[in-house]
Amino acid sequence: MSATTASSASAGASLADDRLAQAGQLRLTWLRFKRHKLALISLFIVAFFYLLAIFADFVAISDPHHTDARRSYMPPQGIHLFDENGFAPHVYGLKGSRDMKTFKMVYVPDPSKKIYIAFFAPGYEYNLFGLIPTNRHLFALINPTPVDGIFLLGTDQLGRDLFSRLAVATRISLSIGLASVGLSLVLGILLGGMSGLYGGIVDTVIQRLIELIRSIPTIPLWMGIAAALPNTWTVLQVYFAITLIISLIGWTELARVVRGRFLALREEDFVIAAELVGAGQFRIMLRHMLPSFTSHVIAAVSLALPAMIISETSLSFLGLGLRPPAISWGILLQDAQNVQVLAGAPWLLMAAVPVVLVILAFNFLGDGLRDAADPYG
Amino acid sequence: MLMYIGRRLVLAVFTCIAISVLTFIIIRLPPGDFVDAYIANLASTGSSITAEQAESMRREYGLDRPVVIQYALWLGRIVEGDFGVSMMWRRPVTEVIGDRLWLTMVVSFAALFLTWILALPIGIYSAVRQYSVGDYFFTMLGFIGLAIPNFLLALILMYLGFRYLGLSVGGLFSAEYAQAPWSLAKVWDLTKHLPLPACVLALAGTAHQIRIMRANLLDELRKPYVITARAKGIPERRVILKYPVRAALNPFASSIAYIFPYLVSGSIIVSLVLGLPTVGPLLLQALVAQDMFLAGTIVLLLGVMTVVGTLISDLLLMWIEPRLRITGR
Repeated sequence: MSATTASSASAGASLADDRLAQAGQLRLTWLRFKRHKLALISLFIVAFFYLLAIFADFVAISDPHHTDARRSYMPPQGIHLFDENGFAPHVYGLKGSRDMKTFKMVYVPDPSKKIYIAFFAPGYEYNLFGLIPTNRHLFALINPTPVDGIFLLGTDQLGRDLFSRLAVATRISLSIGLASVGLSLVLGILLGGMSGLYGGIVDTVIQRLIELIRSIPTIPLWMGIAAALPNTWTVLQVYFAITLIISLIGWTELARVVRGRFLALREEDFVIAAELVGAGQFRIMLRHMLPSFTSHVIAAVSLALPAMIISETSLSFLGLGLRPPAISWGILLQDAQNVQVLAGAPWLLMAAVPVVLVILAFNFLGDGLRDAADPYG
Repeated sequence: MLMYIGRRLVLAVFTCIAISVLTFIIIRLPPGDFVDAYIANLASTGSSITAEQAESMRREYGLDRPVVIQYALWLGRIVEGDFGVSMMWRRPVTEVIGDRLWLTMVVSFAALFLTWILALPIGIYSAVRQYSVGDYFFTMLGFIGLAIPNFLLALILMYLGFRYLGLSVGGLFSAEYAQAPWSLAKVWDLTKHLPLPACVLALAGTAHQIRIMRANLLDELRKPYVITARAKGIPERRVILKYPVRAALNPFASSIAYIFPYLVSGSIIVSLVLGLPTVGPLLLQALVAQDMFLAGTIVLLLGVMTVVGTLISDLLLMWIEPRLRITGR
């Protein structure tokens, strides 16, 4: 910590001394968190990706399920911002010509054929938030022929636009992380809380259970369970099954944090005071103890999330998690599994960028939150 | 000390039992039993067996008995070394797995070794030279290690190797040794191929351990006894290595025990990308083909070997961590 931030912080503190003295635990955490610049930036990145997940279809350019063999493996295509009349974003249309060696049709961008881009323009039909039918997109081509498109990140083998697919994949990959963490949190608070509150034999059993789960290699176990899911299940069923599998193995770290907090808080004066006043055990837990470690739990959650996201990505990458037509980051990376394919279409690796970015952001965010929640820890 | 070893041993046995139960569940998860699958498999090749033969097979494998007894019978056969027959390969499971299990362990142990020898000195360096260029460099590297899933790293390295060096970086053996019987030359060939997968696997764990070591040593270095030692004129190297490092080893040591399962787990998926002849690709094939005896055996053996590996890693820790030897905790 540099001297300047420390002095400005103390100056701010003296100005708002009264307000600071009355500030609740969550507000104090937020004030400390704001000083952690990297974590703050990470918060924006995470928020950006969740917004992208919500508005995925709006941001997507072409239908992520629409296949077109003619535009198979198109390399990323730049947007030209100006033409001879000034600002007018456009892309080049595709022109088909026959390769005289292989007699196959080859489609290449044709600089003489300009197709202009409009913002908030109509594109393919979709339901906003899954409810409102519309065809408005952030941007779209004006009067394209069926083969034309904006390929910001290129296309895959079946001619599907990678940018649109990445946007839509964000939805499943991020929400499966949240759902798994939610389930893990319930398990973690329940078992960790019991462990820390009752102690004795309950604590021993739960602690041994956690040690046991942590000493089993997880990926083979997931693979075994995931492979046993029936082929006939719908995407939604598989989604929930995968969530369950990931969280059944992933709750141990959260339980450990919750237990640690319960153990520490049990000895605190305010808890003993509440006991002496005659508050019930449940009331003490929910009203007195829980608020003082909410911020710890939030920090633990944001550190657990990347692990969950990696789990889903790994499973889908192996072909044992979600299956096409579902779109997740793991499924997109599955296309990039083969080195020969990658050598011809290296842009398929772009699917790794959001994975790395989100995991990194969640790690910084979690670190910042943990420091903010527990300045001495 | 004996308490500690005993506690570890009991836990290891319990873990093995838990793994065997989980494996049994995995084997039984697909609808129908082993005989159904066997009949379906026979039918796909044109032959068939009569209903009576199927019945007698069921009786022989105890499939008509309650689940608990089935589990006991299955476990009994495994203790005798009979892991069943792989449906996909039509050979005993042990034969199919062959060297692959050992190679998995070799790769995982190489990664564990790398984690140890890298994380410890780098962690000490980063703490002693806090905010130096080197510290920032390793912090950066650590964050990258944490954020890139190991299979992704393998994929990127494969691509870079293929694109810019024009060589395939995968595999554990050169072509001429892949099928050859074991010899010194083959072991040497393996040693030459080992660093890349070991590095890929070890990166995330090393990053994590460096951070733990750095944070703990920083806490120790601020304590008054370090200042006292310096004031007494003890050489700097001795000041740091004699007490603070040993005190900071405790959290480092206790978390390194959890790294081995993590490495074994990671080796499965990295092997698939890098084309290593470990159990990883075999497990995936078996699961996709619903060859449950093969898949179950791999999960079981991997689990048990991980427990043994963790145990060895734990015992090694007692050697570097005096507090474990004395208090047994």
